[in-house]
Amino acid sequence: MTERYVVAIDQGTTSTRCIVFDRRGRLVSLAQQEHKQYYPRPGWVEHDAAEIWRNVERLAPEALRNAGITEEQVAAVGIANQRETTLLWDRDTGTPIGHAIVWQDTRTDDLVELLKEADGAAEVEHDSALPMATYFSGPRMKWLLDHHPEVRERAERGEILFGTMESWLIWKLTGGLHVTDVTNASRTMLLDVHSLDWSPSALAFFGVPRAMLPEVRPSIGVFGTAVAAFPGVRIGAALGDQQAALFGQTCFFPGEAKCTYGTGSFLLLNTGDELVRSTHGLLSTVAYQIAGGPAAYALEGSIAITGSLVQWFRDQLELIATAPEIETLARTVADNGGCYIVPAFSGLYAPYWRSEARGVIVGLTSYITKGHLARAVLEATAWQTREVVDAMNADSGLDLTTLRVDGGMTADNLLMQFIADVLDVPVVRPLAAETVSLGAAYAAGLAVGYWPDLEGLRQNWHRAAQWLPTMDPEIRAAEYGNWRRAVERTFDWTRPS
Amino acid sequence: MPGTVQSIERAAAILRLLAGGSGHLALGDIARSLDLAKGTTHGILRTLQLVGFVEQDRVSGHYQLGPALPHLGSGHLDVNELRSRSINWADPLAARTGESVRIGALRDGQALVVHHVFRPDDTFQTLDVGTMLPLHATAIGKVLLAYRAAGPEPAQQLDRFTRRTIRTARDLAAELQHVRDNGWSLEAEEMTPGLASVAAPIRGYGGLVVGAIGINGLVERICDSHYRPHQHLVAYVRDAARAISRELGAARR
Repeated sequence: MTERYVVAIDQGTTSTRCIVFDRRGRLVSLAQQEHKQYYPRPGWVEHDAAEIWRNVERLAPEALRNAGITEEQVAAVGIANQRETTLLWDRDTGTPIGHAIVWQDTRTDDLVELLKEADGAAEVEHDSALPMATYFSGPRMKWLLDHHPEVRERAERGEILFGTMESWLIWKLTGGLHVTDVTNASRTMLLDVHSLDWSPSALAFFGVPRAMLPEVRPSIGVFGTAVAAFPGVRIGAALGDQQAALFGQTCFFPGEAKCTYGTGSFLLLNTGDELVRSTHGLLSTVAYQIAGGPAAYALEGSIAITGSLVQWFRDQLELIATAPEIETLARTVADNGGCYIVPAFSGLYAPYWRSEARGVIVGLTSYITKGHLARAVLEATAWQTREVVDAMNADSGLDLTTLRVDGGMTADNLLMQFIADVLDVPVVRPLAAETVSLGAAYAAGLAVGYWPDLEGLRQNWHRAAQWLPTMDPEIRAAEYGNWRRAVERTFDWTRPS
Repeated sequence: MPGTVQSIERAAAILRLLAGGSGHLALGDIARSLDLAKGTTHGILRTLQLVGFVEQDRVSGHYQLGPALPHLGSGHLDVNELRSRSINWADPLAARTGESVRIGALRDGQALVVHHVFRPDDTFQTLDVGTMLPLHATAIGKVLLAYRAAGPEPAQQLDRFTRRTIRTARDLAAELQHVRDNGWSLEAEEMTPGLASVAAPIRGYGGLVVGAIGINGLVERICDSHYRPHQHLVAYVRDAARAISRELGAARR
């Protein structure tokens, strides 16, 4: 019998990738294409959805060619995508209505401030388990429909459709199936996270016509069969990218967590079939849902500045030539010398949510060298992780016992050791670095029976590296205290205008 | 005498000029001083910049000697940079061979382990990063030694770890010649009884060997009964080494 494979489409913020995996979860081939970022005004970020679809059409055969296989050998395709990015398109022509509004876009700033005070806001926040923020799709849809009355009319007649990126790709792949998955739907503010269907009160609140919304489906289950890009192949799964990484790290049980360390970092903790409402500034989100089963939920902590602090150290301070050299520089000293950097460049996120805070470097003395600053840069990522983990432990009542990590910063041994030290739990890096696409592949393969069950997937997970905590508890407590005092010094820096 | 290479002569002249002057020179000054076309001078400066011998001030655009020059002797890639650029190739090597993977670089007459991927069997293992390995008794060490352009091996103390450890300078020289002929190295029970390793060179720009990548495992899994390594394992190791070399070279163009 010919060997069969699973393909993941990873539709990210800067690029789209098609990756072929084998039965043991090993990467067989990869094809990647960046797409253009549009910045029409300050704070606005857009993508051309037509360009992204063209990229998928080109990458699909390329990935299969690189792997030396044909469509017949592909058991299923899974999608992982940038979340919250909002797109409208014409049902008849399949043409996007303008550009997609990307999750980073803050054009709804003022609108969100108004919505926070509006009647019904509390109910919407409760039903969606999300705080009113520019991050999510709901305010963006209201903005689009408010600014384009002609679009609203057509949307009410069902002629214009809404979707996040996975909806758009499935629609194009299947030639007209309008669906979304629960993880992506859970980032719109329009989903009732208990019933897992669109919330009538949220639709009324944002003024979104029901006719333009896709059908909400489980993340893992056959959505349909592709007629384009991968003709004849079943689409087995769709998940938001961070949820896909959680799945790729095989965090299937309550209490299991992963953190993806990139420009920013995203820590997700599986809380099982119970939705945990955070009282510590975390988001509640759907982790995944297997067709016929209950949804698994997660708590999510987002850290705005981690890898980007290293980039700042490299590009703005010019103290290092490449990002990995931060470790070399940090290792020229034994400790931080009493210096702490809190990168509240645009306020503080979880668990503080203080937009008026600004970054500080504290503890400067004539003793401090650039080596100490490099340490403080790396330690900032670890302490921010600690604050999110503390919030998660408090919210969930589950004590994190191991942190699974992925992303570019996991190449930094000093940082990984320091994270283990300050969390006082082992930090583990899996052998498969591409956890987002692997998660999409796992989910799709599971849906079509390519892999039998979750246990089968766990057997593919292998430890590539592990860092065990070695820090003296007294030093840990003292350092954490110093960090928190440093954080307090960022508060109230900008004054209300 | 074979002909000289003009561009290298010119590069040397530029370096002397930068070393002798005020430290900062504009492109035009350098070109005028050497009576060269600006385009030619710029091409040479760009190449010197790529290899780290020259750097350009971001604001003034002037050229000066680069940070790599005082450290020519250690002439290595930053080890954390090496790990960061290798990580995506070391993982698949461990997955394909089922063995642990190490990347080493030459430091103070030993091989410094700069990256380590566990054997993918989920048994308890500890990270070796930062440990020093003897050059003559490990596959990674043999590669680093073989491609070190230091002429005949100086009479050094060859510590004995097992009865198979190479003990004489003569045997070592023959072994290193063998490594250079093959493009890969083997160590079988020369460091620890029961274990073997296979390694291949990682090359940076200009072919300079900046490190070695190898697998480590039970001798009966790495070798046949005559201490010959399984050829498919050697091929995987060499593929990974080549992929990393391409990555390092490509990024410098």
